[in-house]
Amino acid sequence: MESVVSFGLALLLAPLFPGVILKTKALFAGKQGPPLLIKYFTLIKLLRKGSVYSASTTFVFRLGPLISCAAAIMALLFFPFAGTAPLIAFHGDVIMVFYLLGLGRFFTIVAALDTASPFEGMGAAREAFFSTLAEAAIFVVLILFFRMNGALSLAAYFSGSQPISIIGSQGALLLLVIVALFMILLTENSRVPVDDPATHLELTMIHEVMILDHSGPDLALIELGAFYKLFFYASFIACLIKPPPLADPVANTLLFYGVIMLLYMVVGVVESIMARLKMDLVPKYILTAFALVFFAVILTLEIV
Amino acid sequence: MDNLLQIGNGQVIERSRIPRVDFPSFLGLLTDFVHANGYIVQFFAYPAGEQTRLLAVFRNSNLFVLETEVDEAFPSLTLSGGAKFNLFEREIAEQHGLRPLGHPWLKMVRYHANAAGRPDVFGNDYRIDIPGNYDYFRVEGEAIHEVGVGPVHAGIIEPGHFRFQCAGEEVLHLEIQLGYQHRGVERLLTSVPQHRLPIIAEAIAGDTAIGHNLCCCQAIEALAGLAVAPGASTVRTIALELERIANHIGDLGALSGDVAFNPPAAYFGRIRGEFLNLLLTLCGNRFGKSLIRPGGVAQTMDGEQRQIICAKLKELRKEIVQVCDLLFSAHTVLARFESTGAVSRKIADQLGMVGYCGRASGLEYDVREFFPTERYAELPANTNRVTNGDVYSRAMVRREEIMHSLGLIDRLLALPEAPYSRAPMGEQPLAPASFVVTLNEGWRGEVSHCLLTDDNGGILRYKVKDPSFHNWTGLAMALRNQEISDFPLCNKSFNLSYCGFDL
Repeated sequence: MESVVSFGLALLLAPLFPGVILKTKALFAGKQGPPLLIKYFTLIKLLRKGSVYSASTTFVFRLGPLISCAAAIMALLFFPFAGTAPLIAFHGDVIMVFYLLGLGRFFTIVAALDTASPFEGMGAAREAFFSTLAEAAIFVVLILFFRMNGALSLAAYFSGSQPISIIGSQGALLLLVIVALFMILLTENSRVPVDDPATHLELTMIHEVMILDHSGPDLALIELGAFYKLFFYASFIACLIKPPPLADPVANTLLFYGVIMLLYMVVGVVESIMARLKMDLVPKYILTAFALVFFAVILTLEIV
Repeated sequence: MDNLLQIGNGQVIERSRIPRVDFPSFLGLLTDFVHANGYIVQFFAYPAGEQTRLLAVFRNSNLFVLETEVDEAFPSLTLSGGAKFNLFEREIAEQHGLRPLGHPWLKMVRYHANAAGRPDVFGNDYRIDIPGNYDYFRVEGEAIHEVGVGPVHAGIIEPGHFRFQCAGEEVLHLEIQLGYQHRGVERLLTSVPQHRLPIIAEAIAGDTAIGHNLCCCQAIEALAGLAVAPGASTVRTIALELERIANHIGDLGALSGDVAFNPPAAYFGRIRGEFLNLLLTLCGNRFGKSLIRPGGVAQTMDGEQRQIICAKLKELRKEIVQVCDLLFSAHTVLARFESTGAVSRKIADQLGMVGYCGRASGLEYDVREFFPTERYAELPANTNRVTNGDVYSRAMVRREEIMHSLGLIDRLLALPEAPYSRAPMGEQPLAPASFVVTLNEGWRGEVSHCLLTDDNGGILRYKVKDPSFHNWTGLAMALRNQEISDFPLCNKSFNLSYCGFDL
């Protein structure tokens, strides 16, 4: 029961937090900014619209949004929010989870290519390249966690008897992991400095340009999928930096969402204090994340 | 060089005094002139009775005029003289159906039928929409892909078609096709009553309303022999500088937004509004429309307006310095600006680039300094320290020009107030069979209008040139071997006018 409630809560609250990013950015720009619930309004608006399909697209184009959203929701099924046992867990589920997200991305890319637009092809190429690099970094994180914890399951990482947390005995190593994961969060969720979610310039976009042709409910699904994906990565980091779980489950959940809120605010701050990277520097940026976690892995090697 | 006639900016010349040479000497003289550090200001054709004449206004540190007669085809000056003639010659071919023989890239400019009723040089049927009978330049190869952007863009920008030939993310070639906003301004200007000329001039390019209108009014004043009171001249100069500051600030904000650095984009957006509001204080229109009229200004500036502008500038200057520091000290921003979209001095010189784009590449041409009008002769000139031709240089030149312009306005406001009255209403007879060319440093660079009157004092030919006409090719060159994702940034750093080009 607790698991169902925590999963439902996550689904319900995920679209709230991107509003926090917008508020933070507005604060830095000296503006009032949109209302906190803006993303809910956007979703409702989009769901009430009809979709327009180009005559040159096929069923692949319509499959993209559905699968990418479904994949993101499925990934959340495995996640122990605030230390609550997830709905599904088994040995090796982390690999499943990251490839589910990969599957969602694959269908977004295929749907983009299906439009045969040169813009979308360009965006698809960038997305495929950058996420391939990010995947390497993520899997080094998993190797590190395996060495620390001996598990290959999200539930075992964050809700077991020996949770991986910054206050644990190997917390110092996790500092590197948190920084690297935050960099990957920005990459995978098309945030500054890798991508600019607010731009209208098609030639500079990565993720946004792939979904240019989607409209109405399809676009709502894509947006929703993106919120869940961002929420997944934010939860991953939140679990690492969260203080030890409190006895009261309500207080515990509040604490968890407080940390998540903080993370989204940091994303907003990062987007306000730095410009985007030049496109050819993005691989270096992602590989920096890779190098950080790889260094952490080296530190766990015992000297013979 | 003996048969060139040196003229002044805004000086009326009887058309009979313009030296007319045969075409081979015309070609020879102009070719030699541009090769010896000369640039073209105006180059166009006009009908004179049964004949068609080509008239060229060109400059080094002086201004010259020369004309010749042509047949339906003539040897191309672009072939002998280089890229400075390229667009002018294509424009002549399009407007008058005259064929420049041997032009290396004869392509239409704005896509419209010629006025002379001659057969079309490009073989276009103008009932078909743009781009008609035109093949774009193509790079062939397995790894080459073509990206076409526009003419309908996301966001509120004007229509233009950009075609990139790319190898991966690298742009090998960019071709820019404009003309989507061709309104027939030049023909309209020859057909309307005189009192409508300033109004149309203000609408040539909405962001250069003052620049174009100033050229138009100066030309009418010259032809009608109207004198402008020093006080009115001060107001005109202030207005031109306010327009420059407002646009430069807006562009610095947009540059910042394009690299996803939001705070300066927001602050500059607001400060730009403050400067537009100062224009509103001056004349009742945020873009300075209906301020300048032949003979002076339509609104005089009183002590209260002086005070408002003075106080506001004092307050804004501090903010501008702060926000500029914020933008230019962010290392992530500098990483995007530096070495992006560089146009070397050599290329800029070959193309004859003007304005801040030219100055950022090291071409020290500023109409305010070279051919001053209004109060500019009494004001100090600006110098630019960063001239590498990249986005950073273009941004820095704007920053320096903003600070320089603020200083100019301060000086102008401190000038003693001499009473003057509003510009007279009504139409003035224009000098018959005369020629005048006016140049002003609009915020983008050299704006120039050229008027030819017929024997009855009617306007025979009205030629408009926006600085963008010189600079669009520069943007195409800036993109060579750059990343395609840097195009919006380069484009914004040039920020050329589409409608000013399309006319």
